[in-house]
Amino acid sequence: MKVVKEAISGTLESSDLLVKVEPSGKGTRDIVIRSEVMKQFGKQIRRVVIDTLDKLSVSDGLIVIEDKGALDCVIRARVQAAVLRGCGSQELDWGRLS
Amino acid sequence: MKLRRSMLFVPGDNAAMLSTSFVYKPDSIMFDLEDAVAAREKDSARLMVYQALQHPAYRDIETVVRINGVDSEFWQKDLEAAIRGGVDIVRLPKTETAHDIQELETHVERIEKACGRPIGETKLMAAIESASGVVNAVSIATASPRMVAIAMAGFDYLVDMHTRRSTGWEPELFYARAAVLHAARAAKIDAFDVVYGNVNDDEGFLREVNIAKQLGFNGKSLIHPKQIDLLHKAYAPTEEEVSHAKRVLEAAEEAHRKGLGVVSLDGKMVDPPVIHEAEMALQLAEAA
Repeated sequence: MKVVKEAISGTLESSDLLVKVEPSGKGTRDIVIRSEVMKQFGKQIRRVVIDTLDKLSVSDGLIVIEDKGALDCVIRARVQAAVLRGCGSQELDWGRLS
Repeated sequence: MKLRRSMLFVPGDNAAMLSTSFVYKPDSIMFDLEDAVAAREKDSARLMVYQALQHPAYRDIETVVRINGVDSEFWQKDLEAAIRGGVDIVRLPKTETAHDIQELETHVERIEKACGRPIGETKLMAAIESASGVVNAVSIATASPRMVAIAMAGFDYLVDMHTRRSTGWEPELFYARAAVLHAARAAKIDAFDVVYGNVNDDEGFLREVNIAKQLGFNGKSLIHPKQIDLLHKAYAPTEEEVSHAKRVLEAAEEAHRKGLGVVSLDGKMVDPPVIHEAEMALQLAEAA
């Protein structure tokens, strides 16, 4: 999937995260993660974000995460929502979302 | 028998509640994709619910998803997320006729086939929110073998009836409660009473719980975790009732050992309905 426009999902409330996606403009996938629990869970958050993006075949785009202590399932959902919005996708391939 | 005293509403796009609601231990958790979610957030909420349903913390609790009504543009996508996520029960709001349930069932079966879930595994419940729904309650409750419960939703119903909530014994809801409850009992399914919206009014909440319990409702839909404990305690039998229930079961067991059909206890016959009531009382006491 290709991110073709700017999109966001989520909130900055506790236990949530805000995900912003936009076209990278250089054909690369760049991920920026900021989190209140970066020291303890930074690697885990990055792993979940990368896995979610891989399943959606996102190879091009800038993805910026502002995490407020979200569970993995919330991270997956918010990343998926932002990417699907950024790709202008109407149809869901559920096999890529689990 | 599955206890369904408390069904806690959890807004489908609320990350904090999705992440914690299981700790309150309601009998069922209902992720809401309808009124609690703004139209522009439906897509994100759908994914949140889909992911939350697969979280290990929700494996041991009955999960329900309230989808949008069949008159909306959202309900079929909601259904995909709920069934593919592994939900136990789909709750249909604003159910007006048996046809609504049959249309829902057609799509539930289609999705079950598509995602490999056993056909018939996903159960259904209908929320009655209008005069038409109340009048059609029996045909709605019996519309599908997947039906496990029916719920009264008060706010929209009272608007439809040109009235509003009062206090006391709530005469404005009496007919609807009685009709929905009779439909549920005739169909051998469970019945949920309306939500009580003022979460700071414990006294008013308990007054309404006692009305629902006395009428025979299994429980209530709840909008705040603090109402769970109040509800469970109100539904718990007294020590005297527990003691009596134990004696009933002991008497029944003794009759069974002696090969007797029936036995009496304190001058009253102990027959299957009395035994069933005693078993229910002990189950409620254990769960309280």
